[in-house]
Amino acid sequence: MSYPGLELYKKLYLARRCEEYIVKYYPQNDMKTPMHMSMGQEAVAVGVCHAVGSTGLVLATYRSHAAFLAHTQNVPLFFSELYGRVNGLANGKSGSMHLADPDHGHWGSSGIVASTIPIALGLAFAQKRKNTGATTVVFFGDGAIDEGSFWESINVAALMKLPVLFVCEDNGYAVHTPSKKRHGYDSIVDIVGQFRCATFSDDSNDVESICNMTQQALSIIQAGGGPVFLHIKCYRYLEHVGINDDMKDAYRPVEIQEAWLKKDCLVLQRLRLINEQGVEEIVIQQLEEQVETSIHHSIVAAKQYSSPDPSQLFHGVFYEEN
Amino acid sequence: MSRMITYRDALVEAVTHEMRRDSSVFVYGIDVADHKRIFDSNKGLLEEFGPNRCFNTPLSEDAMTGFGLGAALNGLRPIHIHMRVDFMILAMNQLVNMISSFRYGSGGRFKVPFVVRAIIGRGWGQSFQHNKSLHSWVAHIPGLKVIMPTSPKDALGMTMAAIRDDNPVISIEHRWLYDALGAVSHTAETQPLTGAEVIHPGNDITILATSWMNIEAKQAAEVLGRRGVTVEVVDARSISPFDETVLVESVNKTGYCIVADNDWVHCGFGAEVAARISHTCFGRLKAPVERLGFAPTPCPCTRPLENAFYTGATEIIRTIESMLKLSPTDLSGEHFFSYEKKFKGPF
Ligand SMILES: Cc1ncc(C[n+]2csc(CCOP(=O)(O)OP(=O)(O)O)c2C)c(N)n1
Repeated sequence: MSYPGLELYKKLYLARRCEEYIVKYYPQNDMKTPMHMSMGQEAVAVGVCHAVGSTGLVLATYRSHAAFLAHTQNVPLFFSELYGRVNGLANGKSGSMHLADPDHGHWGSSGIVASTIPIALGLAFAQKRKNTGATTVVFFGDGAIDEGSFWESINVAALMKLPVLFVCEDNGYAVHTPSKKRHGYDSIVDIVGQFRCATFSDDSNDVESICNMTQQALSIIQAGGGPVFLHIKCYRYLEHVGINDDMKDAYRPVEIQEAWLKKDCLVLQRLRLINEQGVEEIVIQQLEEQVETSIHHSIVAAKQYSSPDPSQLFHGVFYEEN
Repeated sequence: MSRMITYRDALVEAVTHEMRRDSSVFVYGIDVADHKRIFDSNKGLLEEFGPNRCFNTPLSEDAMTGFGLGAALNGLRPIHIHMRVDFMILAMNQLVNMISSFRYGSGGRFKVPFVVRAIIGRGWGQSFQHNKSLHSWVAHIPGLKVIMPTSPKDALGMTMAAIRDDNPVISIEHRWLYDALGAVSHTAETQPLTGAEVIHPGNDITILATSWMNIEAKQAAEVLGRRGVTVEVVDARSISPFDETVLVESVNKTGYCIVADNDWVHCGFGAEVAARISHTCFGRLKAPVERLGFAPTPCPCTRPLENAFYTGATEIIRTIESMLKLSPTDLSGEHFFSYEKKFKGPF
């Protein structure tokens, strides 16, 4: 692709459309797994993962559809896993909350808040020992920074100058509780900046800005400057868990939602492609159709696989030599 | 005079009753005061008692457990809630290293009236990080009381008793029980924090069950009852301390005992029960004690494996048949519990 912004748009579109398909098909009750949707927040995952590239090691949370798809683009096995099929990423054992695909640089997700943050330290430590130059990226929400484990991890990463990129996806809420009701401080960035850890922040929802910011962060890490912390504001479109809009619950102000919808990351990037980068609309439409077709095929294919045989329950508790 | 209420409403009533009775009682934890109110088990508390006595906390389980210890030492009566037992694991240091031994280690100078309510998740692919029970973990530690109310009567009465108790009590509640209806007395009454209870009388075999497994065991008893096999189901109610008097009486009568535990079998509560029964009813037992529980694996997401992971009425029936040397019952017409009639998804 000759336009750099087009590849970013493609990843945004992939993440968004995959989730729109989930919204469409979830009511058929064949994806029996709790869904924590990324919808609305895709610019963070796409901007960061694009900058990090395929050599990066990614860790994420239960809300990691976008990060998973942006980094691995493994749509077929993603859907097979959500459908609980035998050919899924974990043969149906993980579901939506614990996506992992080490062949494509995705080292795991977790349903326990903040629990992948310290794992990033060890991954990075191992990479440093092996001298690979690779960066480990860990995504987590603003709720995760309430946990002691986050603070312990920032400290260790700064102390040991580990090549870790900490990415706080701040959608303003932990379930239904806003950050200001959970935080006894105003600026996380100011505090993390007191560690030997560079910080960047963004509230643009603009995938290119996030990608550029990540590139700057990576150059610090790769120069041996230790960890970097990115604080990126974003907005979750749907309910905390599930596929529905939850504005009726009235815990989030409508004006704030409207402001975020106005800067929807797909809309922003699509407009930029046309208005600033001279991409013809037809080119974008073709790309969209291509993505659409690939998602559609992945879903059809996933559904044709069977679920694992019950005997599979006992397989894989321990590593065993074949 | 009795009335019918749900387990969920029993919890609400218990806490409301105690908060009215004693202003030192307060409720806190992650999301306890949001609009969903922990599956509505905290309905109305914020409205009636205000944000000083019902409040959300940051996601800081261990620190907020220590907070509860401090408050309890200093005259308050905290109730700390975990939406899943699995999240209580983050609080293990305060629970196991601090709370359990604080009174003992002070030579009895402190007391720790502290209640933890933790909820067991199951189903819809919640899988391995949202399905644990962990009652045997905490019951292993001297100084922690561990209860598992199954009926609305116990959800009401044991929760009230737990709040009044001057010791730390961990109450482990199964999410699926929340909609269960049951009779409670007209006025809110406490129930003892220990002592098993016969919830389905029988003479041929005894099942000791914990939490949700009581529902499965009762179904098994009803099915076999139609064949003339009478099964006595005993609800353990409390895990620690566990008072085996009622169970021993039952096993002395039937000569057979199955433990149906809502947990893994290995090193679980069932092992403790089996050991006690083997010791106390040794000469009366007509067969070794059998134990049923989760498969010895993490809980998988996909439905066929999730189904295989859990034990239920069918496995209980088959175990009874094999112990009593009965031919297999035709179960093709039976409709066992399916949670999907109640909810889809973990919330
Ligand atoms: C240790 C732990 N405590 C509580 C929970 C329940 N829980 C699940 S998600 C969540 C909120 C997390 O918020 P945040 O980190 O901001 O991520 P978001 O869901 O907004 O993406 C909570 C409290 C959990 N999964 N793990």
